[in-house]
Amino acid sequence: MSVDDALLAIEDLAVTVGTDEGKAEILDRADLVLRPGSIHGVVGESGCGKSTLIKAILGLLPKRTVVERGRVHFEGRDLLQLSGDAMAREVRGRAIGFIPQDPFQALNPVFRVGDQLMESLRWHGLPGEEAPLRGRVDRATRARHRAHLVSVLSAVQLPDAEQALDRYPHQFSGGQRQRLLIAAALSTRPKVILADEPTTALDVTTQLQILKLLRELAERFGLSMIFVTHDFGVVAQLCDTVTVMYAGQTVESGPVASVLGAPLHPYSRMLLACHPDRAVELAGIPGAVPSPLKPPSGCRFNPRCTDARPVCAMARPAVTTPASQHRVACTLYPPDADPATRAA
Amino acid sequence: MSSTLIAGQAILSFDDVVTVLGGGKAFLGKPRPLVRAVDGVTLDLRAGEALGLVGESGCGKTTLAKTALGLLREKSGTISLDGRVVSGLAPAEARRIRRAVQYVHQDPGAALDPWWSIGHALDEALRIHGVADRGTRDRRIDTMLDAVGLDSSFRRRYPHELSGGQQRRVGLARILVLEPRIVILDEPTSGLDLSVQATVLRLFHDLRERLGLTYLFVSHDLSVVQRMCDRVAIMYLGRIVEVGETEQIFAAPSHPYTRALLAAAPKLTPGSLMDTPALQGDPPSAVAVPSGCAFRTRCAFAAPSCAESRPVLERMEAGGTAAHAVACLRWRELQQAGSGGAA
Ligand SMILES: Nc1ncnc2c1ncn2[C@@H]1O[C@H](COP(=O)(O)OP(=O)(O)O)[C@@H](O)[C@H]1O
Ligand SMILES: Nc1ncnc2c1ncn2[C@@H]1O[C@H](COP(=O)(O)OP(=O)(O)O)[C@@H](O)[C@H]1O
Ligand SMILES: [Mg+2]
Ligand SMILES: [Mg+2]
Repeated sequence: MSVDDALLAIEDLAVTVGTDEGKAEILDRADLVLRPGSIHGVVGESGCGKSTLIKAILGLLPKRTVVERGRVHFEGRDLLQLSGDAMAREVRGRAIGFIPQDPFQALNPVFRVGDQLMESLRWHGLPGEEAPLRGRVDRATRARHRAHLVSVLSAVQLPDAEQALDRYPHQFSGGQRQRLLIAAALSTRPKVILADEPTTALDVTTQLQILKLLRELAERFGLSMIFVTHDFGVVAQLCDTVTVMYAGQTVESGPVASVLGAPLHPYSRMLLACHPDRAVELAGIPGAVPSPLKPPSGCRFNPRCTDARPVCAMARPAVTTPASQHRVACTLYPPDADPATRAA
Repeated sequence: MSSTLIAGQAILSFDDVVTVLGGGKAFLGKPRPLVRAVDGVTLDLRAGEALGLVGESGCGKTTLAKTALGLLREKSGTISLDGRVVSGLAPAEARRIRRAVQYVHQDPGAALDPWWSIGHALDEALRIHGVADRGTRDRRIDTMLDAVGLDSSFRRRYPHELSGGQQRRVGLARILVLEPRIVILDEPTSGLDLSVQATVLRLFHDLRERLGLTYLFVSHDLSVVQRMCDRVAIMYLGRIVEVGETEQIFAAPSHPYTRALLAAAPKLTPGSLMDTPALQGDPPSAVAVPSGCAFRTRCAFAAPSCAESRPVLERMEAGGTAAHAVACLRWRELQQAGSGGAA
């Protein structure tokens, strides 16, 4: 698998942000490959840069952030080179939809759900149609938008779709609100959906409903998805492939069975060994995640790594492919024989 | 600490305890409707054990914990501590005689005063509990900080300077200085990263052994509960629907709700998502609890009789302390039919 057969690929992304205490290197060498029709998990502990990665794809990096390096390939273009206007018109909320984490905060409590969901169609138009000029829609168009939303709400299995549009967010449970947000992301028929911890605030019973729904929708609409989570169990159940991140760097990626079953990077191994289902002895990982203000040089995990050698602090380890489609950035593994497979 | 207790005997018992919330004057608008957040709970906490309490959010876990502490007054039923009845008292008195029971807040950072150093907060907790001698307080603080894995320099630190894992440790130290015998841990690992969670769980485990503590371990993470607890109680809409030894519950869950809950927990082994049936909908509102079995509206096995009478917790086998009990009218049939079982 290389960048060429990817639907979306992040290559060597580095992002910094100016803070009062100096420049924080919040992404350093982030790589990610999303293949068409697949669900790709991004997993890592808090602060490792998962949300920043998603924001970078969407062109929503906060003020004072700088993209120092890297590319985001999508449909033959580098999204990082697109103007803000082109991102808003053609990509964000259109070709690429987004499902946020918190179903309690993402909807405005004072507006009816229908009006909020209609907003995106007002700017992007119905799938396959031209966008209305300057977001102006007449009554007939509005009625067509509404009918489309009712069908999308049925697709996300929200009961009483028609009436639901006239209700306010507080009249829905957490799981139903998450369905509304999924519907909002789906309504423009995107090719890719990015989801940032969309089930973290939900009970496991509701989470299961939502994960099954996402899987069904992905198959039915031919969607591809990047799913951010800190839960390896969710990755195991939902995703086809996965990227493990540590302190702003991609350390490992590959098919889920391979990465969870036989993790290659010492960090992935140590982190998975902290899982209560797997831990022989609950021990944690010595040390703490470094501050992005003064990250360790080379592999950022090297100060905590039981396998570290001097070379690990000297340079970023090259990405190698020790197992089929399973890539790792670690000096423990010999470089690939064929340099063509190097791209992560 | 008491030495008269025999390990395995009930140390804290609930007998048909009901706690009603709501009513009264609301800040704005209508008063909140009355809800029986704890609705007839009968449960024993045994000396030295870790008892897991699990169930979807809103099922009444925190309310049961606060009732045990005496922070909320039960409407009916009996609570006993070391065999003595400690219920039916006004909150201040209830709290005083239940001092052996302490509570670790879900978000210990929020429970700490941001203006007080950690040392000050710990000292204050001891002073309020009547430890007048400054030297004694100092010693106990140092011992407990050490026990939770923090060196004494943390006395001078402020809550905002601590990481999530360190805040949990301080939250634990703050109640351990009071020398409790029963510790209620309310969602003690929620929001923690896996690697930090592992060290915190290790600490809970070690402290229980070292100090002979008894835990009521409230959690929504079934992997954590399976790992940490000797027994597990499953709660649904204010009621205990199943209780038993951890191995029994995970190997042979008997209540349809327990089965659904365990099956929904995402396992590390890939692949069963689409084969796992999901419970439909959300738990019904505690304001309008269904008649009979509260779970029947979401239960795949509900029969008309389930609407008529409320099932009581029934022991599934005759026998000593290893009782596995379930509150389901149809558990015998379901067991014989061998239907489902956890994935
Ligand atoms: N606007 C910002 N200013 C300063 N630091 C930031 C900003 N946004 C994110 N960070 C830092 O970048 C790192 C990555 O954050 P984030 O992408 O939110 O991680 P994750 O989603 O994996 O928890 C964190 O250390 C965070 O504190
Ligand atoms: N102060 C209150 N007034 C009225 N109802 C409340 C109050 N606090 C909690 N409740 C309700 O009581 C039920 C149990 O809540 P809680 O014990 O916090 O559940 P859990 O800890 O299992 O999530 C919920 O239905 C909740 O909405
Ligand atoms: Mg995030
Ligand atoms: Mg609670």
